[in-house]
Amino acid sequence: MAETQVSAPKMVPFVERMPRPPLVENNRSMAWITDLIAGVPESKTPLWWFIAIGITGSIAAFGVFCIFYLLFTGVGVWGNNIPIGWAFGITNFVFWIGIGHAGTLISAILLLTRQKWRTAVNRSAEAMTLFAVMCAAIFPGIHVGRIWMAWFLAPVPVPNWIWPNFRSPLMWDVFAVSTYFTVSVLFWFLGLVPDLATLRDRAKSQVGKVVYGILALGWRGGNRQWRHYEMAYLILAGISTPLVLSVHSTVSFDFATSILPGWHTTIFPPYFVAGAIFGGFAMVLTLLIPARSIYKLHDVITWNHIDVMCKIILLTGSIVGYAYTMEFFVAYYGANPFERFAFINRYFGPYWWASWSMFTCNVIMPQLFWVRAFRRNIITVLFVSMCVNAGMWFERFVIFVISLTRDFLPSSWGMYYPTWVDIWTFVGTIGIFVTLFLLFIRFLPMVAISEVRSVLPEADPHHVPPEPPHTGTAVEDVGEAHA
Amino acid sequence: MTAAAAKKEPFAAIAEFTTAAELYHAAEKVRDKGYRFWDVHSPFPIHGMNKAMGLGRSYLGYIIFCGGFTGFTTAALLEFIPSSFLYPLIVHGKPVNFFTVPAFFPIMFELTVLFSAFTAFFGVFVLNRLPRFHHPLFAYRPFRRVTRDAFFIVIEAVDPRFSETGTVEFLTEVGGKEAALIYEDD
Repeated sequence: MAETQVSAPKMVPFVERMPRPPLVENNRSMAWITDLIAGVPESKTPLWWFIAIGITGSIAAFGVFCIFYLLFTGVGVWGNNIPIGWAFGITNFVFWIGIGHAGTLISAILLLTRQKWRTAVNRSAEAMTLFAVMCAAIFPGIHVGRIWMAWFLAPVPVPNWIWPNFRSPLMWDVFAVSTYFTVSVLFWFLGLVPDLATLRDRAKSQVGKVVYGILALGWRGGNRQWRHYEMAYLILAGISTPLVLSVHSTVSFDFATSILPGWHTTIFPPYFVAGAIFGGFAMVLTLLIPARSIYKLHDVITWNHIDVMCKIILLTGSIVGYAYTMEFFVAYYGANPFERFAFINRYFGPYWWASWSMFTCNVIMPQLFWVRAFRRNIITVLFVSMCVNAGMWFERFVIFVISLTRDFLPSSWGMYYPTWVDIWTFVGTIGIFVTLFLLFIRFLPMVAISEVRSVLPEADPHHVPPEPPHTGTAVEDVGEAHA
Repeated sequence: MTAAAAKKEPFAAIAEFTTAAELYHAAEKVRDKGYRFWDVHSPFPIHGMNKAMGLGRSYLGYIIFCGGFTGFTTAALLEFIPSSFLYPLIVHGKPVNFFTVPAFFPIMFELTVLFSAFTAFFGVFVLNRLPRFHHPLFAYRPFRRVTRDAFFIVIEAVDPRFSETGTVEFLTEVGGKEAALIYEDD
């Protein structure tokens, strides 16, 4: 007996010394989570929603007006000129495509790396991806002002049996973006099916029963169904992982394969991908933090979730900062006078304000996230996210427009000034984006309920419950404490 | 069930379980009993349930591979036939023969992914016999909670070991609550 008392301290496994924080706080039950998330589309439409969609819908409508004005008048209504043939159109396109990267990263790469916290945010991030890619897709369609020529993008023999050039990065881009959008839609909808079945089974109204019933496709949640479903989900994640990395790489090839100083660099693919993930996570936080507060999702989207997303922003922001610096260094070290000039012009030329805004917003501001207190404060998290959103737009403007304004011969230099149509078309796409997101949170479950259920402790078939899970009101105020 | 319905042939026996762990252990017992036409229903995929049910790995992956290979071939044909045969055009000084293939990789990759994704998406529904909007289980009211927090085992009447009283008793024996028969409704 004495022997056991004096024996060396027992080796406690690391997982027991450092237990993982629970993914859903306050020991919530499956029913509680289901009621919380499914309750949002079922509840009466709140007043703020009508006000919000009234504002964003008006902005979107004005954006659509600007697009029609462009189509009926011609590209002269934009500020594009020679030499700046690509300006706001491409800037906005790449900006929105970049925003779209967080969704697939969360749903695919984090699934493969078994980051279970993804379950709380993947649905809304994927929805955001789709809406961002829709906004992006507007610009290639309208940028020549002749939308009836948009079918020239398709791989069909256009006039005189001349096929598009499959060796062109622009053609790669068409395939990359359309594949990305299609795969994102399929992935998103596949994930939605079990939750649509939840809404179907809970629906009170006849319209809800019919609409959710059709969309749920008769899902019954049998393990013989889950078996194939999980395999499909896993493989979609597996093929989306290289896809998400390829899309922005391909977008960057549009520039990197040209000979323009400031564009012609091999660092572009990883730099663009890191930037896209960076901007995407910032947009996820920008949208989710208000949604979390409004719908009291604090137990599902916890501070730990926000914390890890802030860390991803810090990481990718630092990669982006490294890329900015390395570009500058290589311009110096490469000893190409045009390249050197392009970078000096970038930071000290007429558009210095855009470059320094970019650098401040994308590199300096995210460094705040080294401090834990800043990662767990709504004000700082939202502030930095907003900085990153703006900074990533400036990044594209800086790379595309500034490089075009002053290339080789000073005689062919020029300046670019956006017109009101340029600006309002971009603002209009923000309106379209937020409108679609508002519709999404109103009518569809914004958190993947079935996936959150599967990460609860009670979902483990070998789990022995230490105490019966709470079912509701008793711990309601604990949730509020996090607000 | 009404008296009229009770005269009809049953579709299946059903029993409810309260936790994933109970369902898991009950599934092992149903498997060991030798039932073949049965399923467990849960609000989320349960880890290890395939083993507990005696099911193997889903073979969907092989089908998706075929889809992906079709996509790859489509891309190769789409690129080489016009660029090398129908309308060879020298751009960027690149060759028009096989050695231009590096410039074709991006589209080959994208179409491989696209076709795989379509196969995965449609494959999962074809293998699951969905969409199917009408099913006897939907008529059983408690079953609606399967998309919330309830767990069920359903043993179908087509199973050779099925018997109206025996199977219901067996489901109660393995821990099921409110074991009952459900009928094909019309």
